Amino acid sequence: MSKPSTQIAPTREEGTPEHPTYDAGTIRRIREAQEKWEKEVLAASLERMPLRREKFVTDSGIPIPDVLTPADRAHEDFLRDIGFPGQYPFTRGPQATMYRARTWTMRQFAGFGTPRDTNQRFKYLLSQGMTGLSVAFDMPALMGYDADHPMSRGEVGKEGVAVSSLADFEILFDGIPLDKVTTSMTINASAIYALACYVVTAEKQGVPPEKLGGTIQADILKEYIAQKEWIVPPRPAVRILIDMIEWCTRHMPKWHPVSISGYHIREAGATAVQELAFTLADGFGYVEECLKRGMNVDEFAPRFSFFWDVHNDFFEEVAKFRAARRMWARTMKEKYGAKDPRSMMLRTHAQTAGVSLTAQQPYNNIVRVALQAFAAVCGGTQSLHTNSLDETYALPTEEAVTIALRTQQIIAHESGADRVVDPLAGSYYVEYLTDEMEKRAQEYLDRIEEMGGIVKAVEEGYPQKEIAESAFRFQREVETKDRIIVGVNAYRMEEEDPIELLKIDDALAEEQIARLREVKAKRDNARVQKALEAIERACEDGSNLMPPVLEAVRAYATIGEVCDVFRKVFGTYREEGRF
Amino acid sequence: MSERKLRILIAKPGLDGHDRGAKVIARALRDAGLEVIYTGLHQTPEMIVAAAIQEDVDGIGLSIMSGAHMTLAPAVVELLEKQGADDIVVFLGGIIPQDDIPVLKQKKIREVFLPGTSTEDIIAWVRSNIRPRARAA
Repeated sequence: MSKPSTQIAPTREEGTPEHPTYDAGTIRRIREAQEKWEKEVLAASLERMPLRREKFVTDSGIPIPDVLTPADRAHEDFLRDIGFPGQYPFTRGPQATMYRARTWTMRQFAGFGTPRDTNQRFKYLLSQGMTGLSVAFDMPALMGYDADHPMSRGEVGKEGVAVSSLADFEILFDGIPLDKVTTSMTINASAIYALACYVVTAEKQGVPPEKLGGTIQADILKEYIAQKEWIVPPRPAVRILIDMIEWCTRHMPKWHPVSISGYHIREAGATAVQELAFTLADGFGYVEECLKRGMNVDEFAPRFSFFWDVHNDFFEEVAKFRAARRMWARTMKEKYGAKDPRSMMLRTHAQTAGVSLTAQQPYNNIVRVALQAFAAVCGGTQSLHTNSLDETYALPTEEAVTIALRTQQIIAHESGADRVVDPLAGSYYVEYLTDEMEKRAQEYLDRIEEMGGIVKAVEEGYPQKEIAESAFRFQREVETKDRIIVGVNAYRMEEEDPIELLKIDDALAEEQIARLREVKAKRDNARVQKALEAIERACEDGSNLMPPVLEAVRAYATIGEVCDVFRKVFGTYREEGRF
Repeated sequence: MSERKLRILIAKPGLDGHDRGAKVIARALRDAGLEVIYTGLHQTPEMIVAAAIQEDVDGIGLSIMSGAHMTLAPAVVELLEKQGADDIVVFLGGIIPQDDIPVLKQKKIREVFLPGTSTEDIIAWVRSNIRPRARAA
């Protein structure tokens, strides 16, 4: 018989708040009743039937007590810690009405093959009720290589759409009015080039930058931490990002120049607590860099956006969204002196967890995605991507993407989650998890601050190491069956029918390379040369890089040519093969 | 005569930065008592083969999530052949569609491990399918 659990919620250090939610008398009575319950009811039950495990923990390792009551909330001050939606500290959501005024944006990430293929997928998704575009670029574009570079071998158009120059962007957004849709672009190390291409494509449609709405991910720190798509070392890379933020602040008031992303950190193996901590650390790092540049916090911070991953531990995921909003709000106000509430409110995109999908029994993934999407909605996300059931194998087929989009539509119209704001507030468990997530993430943030800030911590490989540890622990838990993954280490089936997969034709690389050659043959090479020299000068003299990159894009300089200038001036980044 | 420890190179070819699996496998093989070298990210097939020869390894484990496996994995095998080092066993792990597996095996990728494979299975396979190569004295 395993010994009876006596898991009690950890005592809070804050002591009694000034305006506690529950009065001392109530708490005392509940504590007394709980002691009696433990002795009489719980003990008897454990005697008859012991717990299945010695202790229960969340996916992040937060202990889960036998039961939670208002007595565990003695430290809570409702108005200080939870409050009202659309109001500081925004625990309950950035807007007062949330989905009662407008449901979240259903934004399916798409991109594969040639710009023409992706343009057609966009038009299909828009016709199916998708409400925002989201572009996935191929690996060469993300790493700043042209389609004909030797490093691009086998990669062109495979994991996203192939783009090498403005000519590709013109095809990608052909027939899509850029003043009517919002676009999210997932690109980081070479983001400045993609942003410039988007601005110039719009310019050619007659749409000025101030009318463009959308987001560019551009979160370069998490590349060194997790996704590993970098070009130059961290410090110059952050400088390029701050140039973009500065330019967008002046010229693109409706644009989010950075999407501070926990997604990739989590996918690389981080726990929810680590995702929360390292992502906020990146965000605060960018705030500090902008302040060093002499910008006012309320000028740029309202345009920062976030991007969370959503895994299967439903309650912990909901708590993560709530803790993130509260932590961002408090730090922005108290530490960075923000005055504008918009600088304090964390708005976020979310995506269901790719890494949680299984190649085995792939239809089970529909259920996982639904569970995760529901958590994101209950957590109050502003936009959402739901993964497709076939994504452990390949980019999704149209049928699989449609099921993923329908999953969101079912949640929006049939689950009831769109009728209520912050539905899990006041759940003793979710409030407990929200506090615990905050406490544990804050410990990481303090540690990073002691190390000299996030850029330093990244250079020293601190978050990378923490994540690798968690990834290894997770794998061990799966192998010892301490953690069950349906269809993988339990409930397996010997024979499985293969599913339909999207195949990317290798011939498309030829097509891309041919178009690239044509662009290079037709453009004014002297103008390109001049533009590239101007970028090099700006790299060296520290002036904002956006204007010369825009000029280079207009001249049809390629992504590889522009990124080569960065490589030449700043050097390339290499990570040692630690494991 | 005790047998020399197996030396394995874990390599990430191409631009793909998803190194979670590569690192987990590298660590599991090391914990199992093998000598493991990890290349780090963004390696060309040429760089991988050069590292394999320089480090005098017995096997190369490639990790590819980007869909570029049909180009990059056979390129490694061909280069090994050209260098006269085709006794180095090449195996592959990652997101590989079923249909590609027979083609890859035909191109002398000895084994393909799919998502969900346990590290124990990989260790067992490596132990029974890779032997220490003959070394110059």
